[in-house]
Parts: sequence; structure tokens; C-alpha cells
Amino acid sequence: MTFQGTKLAFASALALCAGLGVAQAQQTDITVALQLEPPHLDPTSAAAGAIDQVLYSNVFEGLTRFMGDGSVVAGLAKSWDISEDNLTYTFHLQDGVTFHDGSAFTADDVKFSLDRARAEDSVNAQKALFEDIASVEVVDPLTVTVTLAQPNGSFLFNLAWGDAVIVAEESIEGIKNAPVGTGAFQFANWVQGDKVELTRNDAYWGDAPALTEVTFKFISDPTAAFAAMMAQDIDAFVSYPAPENLPQFDADPRFQVLRGSSEGETILSTNNALPPLDDVKVRKAIAHAIDRQSIIDGAMFGLGTPIGTHFAPHNPDYVDLTANSAYDPELSKQLLAEAGLPDGFTTTLKLPPPSYARRGGEIVAAQLRAVGIQTEITNLEWAQWLEQVFRGNDFGLTIISHTEPMDIGIYARPDYYFQYDNPTLQELIETLDATTDPAKRSELLQQAQTIISEDYVNGYLFQLAVPTVADARIQGLWENAPTQATDLTGVSWAE
Amino acid sequence: MLRYSLKRLLSLIVSLAIASVVIFLVIEVAPGDPASFMLGINAQPDTVAALRAELGLDVSKTQRYLSWVGGMLQGDFGTSYTYRTPVTQMIADRVWVSLPLALYALTLSTLIAFPAGIYAASRRGKPGDITVMGATQLGIAVPNFWFAMLLVLVFAINLRWFSAGGFPGWDEGFFVALKALTLPAIALALPQSAILARVMRSSLLDILSEDFMRTARAKGLSRRQALWRHGLRNALVPVLTIMGLQFSFLLAGGIIIEQVFFLPGLGRLIFQAISARDLIVVESVVMLLVFSVILVNFLVDLAYAAVDPRLRSRT
Repeated sequence: MTFQGTKLAFASALALCAGLGVAQAQQTDITVALQLEPPHLDPTSAAAGAIDQVLYSNVFEGLTRFMGDGSVVAGLAKSWDISEDNLTYTFHLQDGVTFHDGSAFTADDVKFSLDRARAEDSVNAQKALFEDIASVEVVDPLTVTVTLAQPNGSFLFNLAWGDAVIVAEESIEGIKNAPVGTGAFQFANWVQGDKVELTRNDAYWGDAPALTEVTFKFISDPTAAFAAMMAQDIDAFVSYPAPENLPQFDADPRFQVLRGSSEGETILSTNNALPPLDDVKVRKAIAHAIDRQSIIDGAMFGLGTPIGTHFAPHNPDYVDLTANSAYDPELSKQLLAEAGLPDGFTTTLKLPPPSYARRGGEIVAAQLRAVGIQTEITNLEWAQWLEQVFRGNDFGLTIISHTEPMDIGIYARPDYYFQYDNPTLQELIETLDATTDPAKRSELLQQAQTIISEDYVNGYLFQLAVPTVADARIQGLWENAPTQATDLTGVSWAE
Repeated sequence: MLRYSLKRLLSLIVSLAIASVVIFLVIEVAPGDPASFMLGINAQPDTVAALRAELGLDVSKTQRYLSWVGGMLQGDFGTSYTYRTPVTQMIADRVWVSLPLALYALTLSTLIAFPAGIYAASRRGKPGDITVMGATQLGIAVPNFWFAMLLVLVFAINLRWFSAGGFPGWDEGFFVALKALTLPAIALALPQSAILARVMRSSLLDILSEDFMRTARAKGLSRRQALWRHGLRNALVPVLTIMGLQFSFLLAGGIIIEQVFFLPGLGRLIFQAISARDLIVVESVVMLLVFSVILVNFLVDLAYAAVDPRLRSRT
């Protein structure tokens, strides 16, 4: 506190001396709150989104990176050449990049990072991203060649994930508690259970960020989140956990509210192998029994975009298929009768902890009851959900937000927990993976969306929103969340 | 006194041994695998197996229990599955929040409860007594997390005297840290002091009707003198019992208060560890709390003997 005061006084004195005549210096520190604390600080060995929320693009960078609008641009690789057969990628690396410990970033670090992620004993949570890599060769310190076993149209996209960031062999030992990356901010301190602090990396190769000090605080309780924001103990809250308070922040000129979209398709996942849910008529009946808007209003306080398939609406390739499953309880009852279940049936509805599932689940259950489908609701902790539903396939219905970007490929995996087995779609996804032409990819993606929508694989509810509450003077925060990240490189305080 | 103390010590050790087995079994039986939790829904089975091996989860339960207990005897609680830091270090960091908070709250509650209880007992049936008892009734009825929110609303959001939560650390200075613990300590202390005040009052009233008090009065002591010289010491036995229980509760039971004020204490650690299935952290923290409860009870037993000499000879 005292230190900050002194610093501020010093800065203002300096400003006065310079004849600027301003009483207060530009603020360059920020305190951002997140709901969950990262378990550790290695984005390449855990699925926890909180790790990327703190470190992605701030501390760690990949060869390519996501921008706030979801596009993929060059990162540590300034350019690349792709061979005719789409199998060989030659990456030309940025020159003059150093890690925060002072060691130089070279092609060896790229090889180390990619080989580590795809190794046999790798604990990378998204190991599948690297599956197609056949070999990684260092050509010279600033050139690296990656050869694929088969063409992969989303390879550059895959490299932008937080799980594909470049780490250095020299500092890998301590990565979980003292991460060393190449980003615009370097790790300074972690008070476990409380906060992570970052400071500006003055040797950064790219444009210097406006902020000099960043503190991430972890506040899990929604009421505490509201209090901390209102008391202005924190400057911004990303993925603000209490949507019911948003109108209050809207009305307060001290704050701004960003209502962004995430990559989270929130769906009523259905066990496609469990009778009677294996009958497409029954799944169609469920789809028509659901009134999406009332779930969005009731469970999410109006935040969320209705979806009719497993695809993010902000993506240019999205097709609006909500009409396939318009709310029509009469049609739903008729479909059940056609499926030989005029009196409905009983199934399980297993709900993980997030409020979209718990609150949404009650509404879904009521809507299903109205057409004669009884559900037995069980509330599960995440660990139990993973064990029973995700790995054990022991469920009828569940509600879950699939937050991985561009994950429509999961429908081509018959062993995936909703157990949808459609050879036509599997072939289509295979073609898609091997296609690099953007126009052709777009067409295939749209076909895939239509197939799963018309097969009523799951009940498609809504795209999860990410509300961000921030001080009104902060600019440059990401509105949408194309990946779980809090990119602060472009954030600054307005005058 | 020595024999009495040794007997209590033996029962302390037996309780700890039983507790370690129960804690280990209960927590290991709970469903959910820490490795699959960490790796999420896209992980491949071989990745999960690799992480299980890295965490040392692929050995038998008996082996894990023995190495856990063996480590604890040497003061080593093992390494956290998620944080990958030594559990001993994590607990040590958190204790510096939870223990001062519990002590702060206990001090506050004693400072409120003792005068209030004594005052009410000495004014039995009069308006003063009725007012104090009414207030304690309210103090017991109000849930501490609700009271905490009220404190935040008034003192952090409206008056801006305190921050809404968080803990700057003791490095920032004693009073800065103490200030950050003030609202949580008040929220924890108030319901406790209400209970304590009631116990104090009824215990004193019991004593006041004892024969020795009549004798003291007959010797010529005033009502107040008799209360201070003979009554208070005798009334302390039940009060100490409650205080011992309360301290354990404050240390372990601050979970909700720690959530409301986002304090990096033991309660929050255990809360996070349970949801992440960080079994070793859960087991170790629970064990530590059990140890502290048993230890406090042991100390309270010794304190009884100090205030009541009859207990020493009775055993």
C-alpha cells in the first residue's frame, strides 16, 4: 500500500516536472478476479481452464495464437510454408525472442515442446491435438519442420491451443510453480489459495503491453465476487459467476459489462446406446419438448444464445438449425406415441455442479414431465460425473457445456460418452480432417452440423455466455472467449 | 497430576491412530479419480494412466496408507496431486491465516461473552439480564455467513472502511493483516460469544446457589465479592469445555467464512482439495484438524485439573 502510494507520488511528481500538469499518473496495474484457481501453472499437463485463464498469451505463447475474435494468427512462428501434399509444415520462427529466464528461444525449444506433448508418457490433456505429427526436425535455430502422418486441416488451429504453448527444457522442472515462457508478462509470485502476480517482461519481442503489473485473484463465492467488485477491490471479473447481479452493474456508471460468447455448447447429452433413447424418434421427442428460451431465462438470467447443433454461433461456419427442434410439446407427445411409448418413460438426469446444469436441469425435467417423460435427478460432483457419466456411460441424460473450441469431431467417436455411431458422419469428419481448403472445410462443417442436428444426437440448448464485469475505464479486454484466456497484452486504462 | 496427564496422553495417541485409519478409508472410498479429474474430458486413457503413475496412484491402498502415516510421523504429509507442492508447506502457509483468525475470533468472543455473562448473572431477572439474553438469542439464531455478508455490505461496500475480503499477508505489516482479518473474526466471533455468554451466565447461576457461596456470604462478603472470589473460578469448568470446542470449530469451521471473505486459509484449501479430489491434501488437512481437536481437548482436560483440584485425585 505504502509502496504504491510512494510510486504514485513519484510518478505524479515526474509528470509535473515534465510540465504536463496532470495530477495523477496513468494507472498501469490491474487486479483481475477469476472464479477458479489454477491447480498448478503448467498449461501443457492439465485440462483446468483456470491455467490458461491466467497464463495464455500473457506468459506462454505458441507457434500460432488465438485472437479475441477467434481467428488464428502467427505467434512465435512469424510465417510458415506448407508442402503440396499438406504433410510438411516449415515454420520460420521470430528472431530475438528470449524466455523470461534469459535463455534464447530457438527451434530446439519447439522440438522439445512438441515431442514432449506427444511422447508416450505425456500427460498432456489434449494429446490428440498432436496425434498426427510424425516427426519434428530442427533445420536451423530459426526454422523447424513438422511432418504429419496424414493431412490435418486444423493443424495450425491446434497449435494455437494453450496445451500447445512452447516451453523450454531448461525450465521445465519448475514449470508447475514458477512458469517460464516467452510472453509479454513474466511470472512473479503465487500465493496459493489467493493470487498470482505477473510483471511486465521488458525484453518482450512484440509490442510492449500498457500494463506493468497484473494480479489475478481467485474468488469462488458469487456473493463474495459481487462484494469485491462493488467495493472496487478488484478491477475486472472475467466469467463473472452471478448473472443475477449484472443489471446492477449495468446501471452503475463505475462499471462496464461485457456479455461475450464462449466456445461452450451447452447440451442435454443423451446416451444414444440406451433404450429407449437409442430411437431417433424418442430423441426428437425430447428435442421438441424443450423450450430453450425459458431455460436461458430461468437458469442463466437471459444470458446465452440458443443453438440447434453442436457449433458456436459466432463462428462464420455456423448454421442456425434451431428450427429442427422448435418447442412443440404436442409434436413431442405424438412422436413418443409413434415410438411405442404413448405413456412416456423414465430415465436418469445426472447433473454436474455448474449452475447451468443444476438450475437448467430442474427446468428441463419439468418440461420433459409435461410430455410424459419422467426423470430421476441426481446431482454429482465433477469427479463423480467423470467417473459415472463420462467414463462409465451410466446415464440417460446429463447437462454439460462442451467448452473445447471446434469440437464437433467428438461426434465421430462412437466410444465417446454419448455413444453416437454414424458411419456417414465419421467419414465426413475424416474427410474434413484431411481438407485444408477453407471453402471446402466450411462446406463440410456445415454438413456435419446438419447431420447431428437431424439425428437429434443430443438436446442442443444454448451457447454459454461469458459475462465480464470491469471498471468502466478499462479498455481492450476480450469480450468473447474463443479459448479460455484472459489476454491482457492489449489491455490499458483510459485517461 | 502426572498419572492423570499420562492417561490423557495415551487416550490422545489411541484416538489419533483410529482417526487416521477412518479418515483414509472414508476419503479413499469416495468415488472419483484425481488423475482423470485433472486431465478433463478430452484426455486419452494412456494419458490418464501416465499421470496416475506420476502421482504414485498405481500402488495398493495399504501401501499408500503406510507411506502416508510413515511420512506424517516424520512431519512429511506428502506432495499434493494438483498443486505438486509439499502438503506440509501448503498447510504451513494456510495455518498462518486460519490460526490467527481462530485466535482473533476466540479473543473477541471471550471479551464479549465474559462481561456479558457475568453481568447477566449478577442482574438475574432484571431488565439488564433480559436484554443481554435477548441479544444472545439473536446472536445464536443469525447464521454467521449471513452476518458476514451484512458486515461486508455495511463496512466494505458502503463505508469503505475495510476491503471486501482477501488477505494481504503478514509481510505487509501486522496491523494491515489484522485489519483484513477483522470482519471475518467478528462474523465468526459473534455467534460464538452468544453461546459462551449463555453458558457463563447459567454456570454462574448454578454456582451462586451452592452451599459454599452461602457460607461465603455468611462470612460477611458482599454478593459481588463472593461472586468474584469464589463463584467465578468454579463456574469456569463448563465455560472452558465450550471454549475448547469452539476453538476447534473456529479452526475447522471457518470454511464458509473463508469463502465469503476469500481468505487463503485451511477451510478454503480443504474445499478446493475435495472438489479436485486431491485426496492426500484432504486426508492430511482433516488429520491435522482432528489432531488439533484432540490436542485442544487434552489441554482443556489439563486446564480442568488446574481449576478443579478434585479432578486430579479422582482419576
